[in-house]
Amino acid sequence: MDSLSKLENQSIYILREAFHKFDHLAMLWSIGKDSTVLLWLARKAFFGHVPFPLVHVDTTYKIPSMIEYRDRLVREWKLQLVVGKNEPVLVSGVTYPDGKATRVECCGTLKKDALKQVLDQHHFTGVIVGVRRDEEPTRAKERYFSPRDKNMEWNVEDQPPELWDQFKTDFKKGTHIRIHPLLHWTELNVWEYIERENIPVIPLYFANGQDERYRSLGCAPCTFPIKSKARTVREIVEELRQTRTPERSGRAQDKESEDAFEKLRRDGYM
Amino acid sequence: MSSPTPVLTEQLKIVIVGHVDHGKSTFVGRLFHDTGRLPEGKLEQLQKIAERRGVPFEWANLMDALQSERDQNITIDTAQIWFHTAKRQYVIIDAPGHKEFLKNMITGAANAEAALLLIDANEGIQENSRRHGYLLHLLGIRQVAVLVNKMDLQGYSQERFRQIEADYREWLKTIGLEPKFFVPIAAKHGDNIASLSRQMPWWNGPTVLEVLDEFTVSELPNAQPLRFPVQDVYRFDDRRILAGRVESGTLKVGDRLLFSPNNKVSTVRTIERWNAPAGNQATAGESVGITLTEQIFVERGAIATLETAPPYELTRFKARLFWLGRNPFRKGKTYKLKLATQEVECEINAIDKVIDASTLETVSRGSDQVCVGRHEVAELSLHTKRPVAFDLHSEIVSTGRFVIVDGFDVSGGGIIVEDNYPRRTADSLHKSENIYWSEGKVTPRQRALLHGHAGYVVWLTGLSGAGKSTIAGELERRLFNLGRHAYVLDGDKIRHGLCSDLGFSPEDRKENIRRVGEVAKLFADAGLICITAFISPYRSDRALVRSILPAGKFVEVYVNAPLEVCEQRDPKGLYAKARAKEIKEFTGVSAPYENPPQPEVELRTDQLSVSESVAKILEHLQIQDADSAITI
Ligand SMILES: Nc1nc2c(ncn2[C@@H]2O[C@H](COP(=O)(O)OP(=O)(O)OP(=O)(O)O)[C@@H](O)[C@H]2O)c(=O)[nH]1
Ligand SMILES: [Mg+2]
Repeated sequence: MDSLSKLENQSIYILREAFHKFDHLAMLWSIGKDSTVLLWLARKAFFGHVPFPLVHVDTTYKIPSMIEYRDRLVREWKLQLVVGKNEPVLVSGVTYPDGKATRVECCGTLKKDALKQVLDQHHFTGVIVGVRRDEEPTRAKERYFSPRDKNMEWNVEDQPPELWDQFKTDFKKGTHIRIHPLLHWTELNVWEYIERENIPVIPLYFANGQDERYRSLGCAPCTFPIKSKARTVREIVEELRQTRTPERSGRAQDKESEDAFEKLRRDGYM
Repeated sequence: MSSPTPVLTEQLKIVIVGHVDHGKSTFVGRLFHDTGRLPEGKLEQLQKIAERRGVPFEWANLMDALQSERDQNITIDTAQIWFHTAKRQYVIIDAPGHKEFLKNMITGAANAEAALLLIDANEGIQENSRRHGYLLHLLGIRQVAVLVNKMDLQGYSQERFRQIEADYREWLKTIGLEPKFFVPIAAKHGDNIASLSRQMPWWNGPTVLEVLDEFTVSELPNAQPLRFPVQDVYRFDDRRILAGRVESGTLKVGDRLLFSPNNKVSTVRTIERWNAPAGNQATAGESVGITLTEQIFVERGAIATLETAPPYELTRFKARLFWLGRNPFRKGKTYKLKLATQEVECEINAIDKVIDASTLETVSRGSDQVCVGRHEVAELSLHTKRPVAFDLHSEIVSTGRFVIVDGFDVSGGGIIVEDNYPRRTADSLHKSENIYWSEGKVTPRQRALLHGHAGYVVWLTGLSGAGKSTIAGELERRLFNLGRHAYVLDGDKIRHGLCSDLGFSPEDRKENIRRVGEVAKLFADAGLICITAFISPYRSDRALVRSILPAGKFVEVYVNAPLEVCEQRDPKGLYAKARAKEIKEFTGVSAPYENPPQPEVELRTDQLSVSESVAKILEHLQIQDADSAITI
C-alpha cells in the first residue's frame, strides 16, 4: 500500500471511531484545503455521506469568495451547515480590523469564543478539526483525540496516553474532545491527495495574474498571499517539494510574540 | 545540502528515546540543521528567542516548543516532525526522558517501527536508559540503534564508548533485544550525525544518517490470518454495511466469515469503498466496508475471521502489562478493557509478578500482591466479564494487545502472552475411529428391576425464564421423595468442570450440548432419571442427543411460556440487559429459539402451576414405559 493510502486509511479509521463514540459530533470547516480534504475523507469513511453537521466559524472577515465556495459545496454535497459568529464582539467593534484589538485578541474572540458559543449551544461533545502536526510546533504535540476542559482549555502538560489506535473516548460531562484525523498528514501530503482524488479546492490557492497565491487561508486582514507561479495542483505539489518556507508564514497571528499562539491554543483555539 | 522532498514512496516512523537530558531533542535539532532541513528562518528565530530571554541557545528548542518545556529545558510531551533522506521519508518522534512523562514516551514509541536510544557518555546508563529499552521490546519494536552521546564530555574516548556499548548490549540481551548499531556522537556539535567526526578518527562509520537508512519499513501483515474487527454497522442507501479495517490478512468477496465472539457465519457479498474501484479484495491496513449475503446480527466489537483460523475466545488470559495510571491497577476493582474494537469489563485474576522495568527486579509488596503501581510492569492474568476474541501478540499483533481504561483514562496497556489456551474447533475435529461401546455384564433390564424404574433423559428446553430450572428441581424432589433415582444436570456445574474449556461460539455451544447429552446418556444408562435444564435453542442440537439414546429414553419437554411472560418474570434481569444491548445474542431477543415441533411433553407454564407441570411429566413417564416396571 502506498504512503498516501496509509494516511487515508488511518484518517478514515479515526473518523469512524469518532462517529461511533460521540452522539453530538460536529466537524469544523474552515473552507481551507485541510478541512476540505477532511470533508472528503468523511465522505470516504461514510460511503458518500457526511453524517454530522459542519461548523463554520464566521469571523465576517473571511475573503468573500470563501463564503461563496462554502455555500456551493453545501448545496452540491448536501451538507448540514452550522454557522457560528461572535455577534456581540462584532457589534462592539473590538476587533483587529477596527483597530481595537491585537491580532491574537481578535482570533480569541472571533474564532475561539465563537467556537465555544456554538459548542455550548449545540452541546457538541466531539469536534473534528483538520489540524496537522507539521503546521506549527504546539500542534506537533497534539493527540488524535485531545480533551478540552469545560472552559475549552487544553492541558498540554498532561495529555492522555494514546497507543495502538485506542483513543480517549471517556470524558467528564461538560468537557469535550477534539478529534484530529489529519494530524499525521503534511502540507505536501494534502496537496498530493487533492491531486490524486481530484478534490475541488477554492481557487485562492492558485497563482493569479500577479504571480501570487494563498498558501494558508484565514481572515483577509491577517492573511497574505505568497509569491508563486503555481497555477495548478500539480504545480503546487512541485513548489512544495522545493520550499523550506513554513506554511503559515503568511499568517500574521502566529508571530505576534513568541508564545502568543501557544496561549491561544491552550485557551481552546483550533 | 538541502534537497527537494522526494516523491513519497515509503515512510518510516522512528522514535528517539533514552534517559532525561541525554540529548534526544538536541540530536533532533542538530539532525535537521546538519542536513539542511530546518525551515527557513527557524534557526534565527530560536537564536533570537534565546537572546531575548538571556539563556543559552539550545538545539532542543526546535522540538521543545512549549514555554514550560523551554523554561525547564526538558521535554514534556512527545512531538513529531518530518524528515527525509534520498531513500525515504521519516517521521521523527521525539520522546521525553523524564520518568514523570512515561505515558508520553509510550505514546510516541507505540507509533514507531524503529528507535534510536540515546545514552549520555558522561552519565552512562541510567534508570530510564534501561526502562525505555525494556518498554521498546514490550511494545514490539525490534529495530534499535544506540547513540552514545556527549562524547565531547568524555574526550571522545573510544574506550568509554566501548565500555558503554558492552554494558548496554548486555542489558538489552537480558530483555531479548539485539541492537543494530552503536554510534558515538556529540549531538550538540554534530559529530557523526550527518558526516563523520574529525574528533573521533577511530570511528569509520556509520553516521546516524546512514544508520537511519539501514532500518527497514515493516511490511503489512497481509500473509497472516484474516482479522477484520467490525468498527461500526451503517445503514446507508438501503445497504447494511459493516465498516472496519483489515488488521491482518486479506478479505475477499465470497469469503465465508466467522464473527467472534458473537459467532455467526456469513459470506462477503461486496467490498465497499467510496470514490475508488470497489474491487473484490481488501488487504491489511485498508479501512473498508463489506456487505454480507445472509443478514446476520453483528455489531461493533465482532472480529471477522475465516472459519479455518479463528481467534481464541475466552474470559481469561495471560498478559504482560505496563501501568501508567495515577492510581494503581488493583485486584478486585473492575476496569474497562479495549481490544481492537471490543470493549469489555475486566478484573485482575492473579498477579504473577510485578517488575521494575529499569532493573528487572521483582517488586515485592508483602505476600499478596494485589496491585500494579504507576510505571511498573507486570505479568498477570485477567478475567473478563464476557468472552473476548483475541490472539497471541507474538502471532497477530493487532488482536494481541489491549489497553485498560480506569474511569475516564487509558491507564495501561498490555500484550497477550502464551498459555494453555484451548483452541476452539481443533479438538472436535479429531474423531476417534477405533473405540467401541463396551457392553457390561449387567443389562439395562436388570438395573431397571433393581431401581424400580428405567433410566431416562428428561430434557427440558425453552426460553430463559420459562421455568425450566424450577420444574427440574421440583421434578427431582418429587421423584426423590417417591424413592426414584433422579439427578438434575445443571448448566453451571457442567460449565465449571467438564466444559470449562468451551466458549460461546456456535461450535462451542454445540459441543457443550453434545457433552451434556453424552453425560445424560451415561446417567440414563446407569439407570438414573437424568433431568437437564438448558435453553438448548437449536433443534439440531437436541436431535443429536435424541439420536444417541435408545428409542423412547429421550423425553423432550418443551417448557413453553410466551416471550412477554418470560420477559416479565426476568428472574435474573437478563432480558433487561439484553434489551439494553448489554448482553448480545440473547435467545428470544437477539438470537433465535427453535421450538420443538413434536415434544414428548409440552408445558404451558403461563397456564400451569409448577406441580401441575411436574405431574404432566410424571404422567408421561408412566405411560411411555409401562413395561419396565416403573410405578410412580
Ligand atoms: N556537551 C554536550 N552537551 C549536550 C550534547 N547533547 C546535548 N547536550 C546538552 O544536554 C542537555 C539536555 O539536552 P536535551 O536535548 O534537552 O535532552 P533530552 O534527552 O531531549 O531531554 P528530555 O527530553 O527532557 O528527556 C542540553 O543542555 C544540551 O545542550 C552533547 O553532545 N554534548
Ligand atoms: Mg527532549
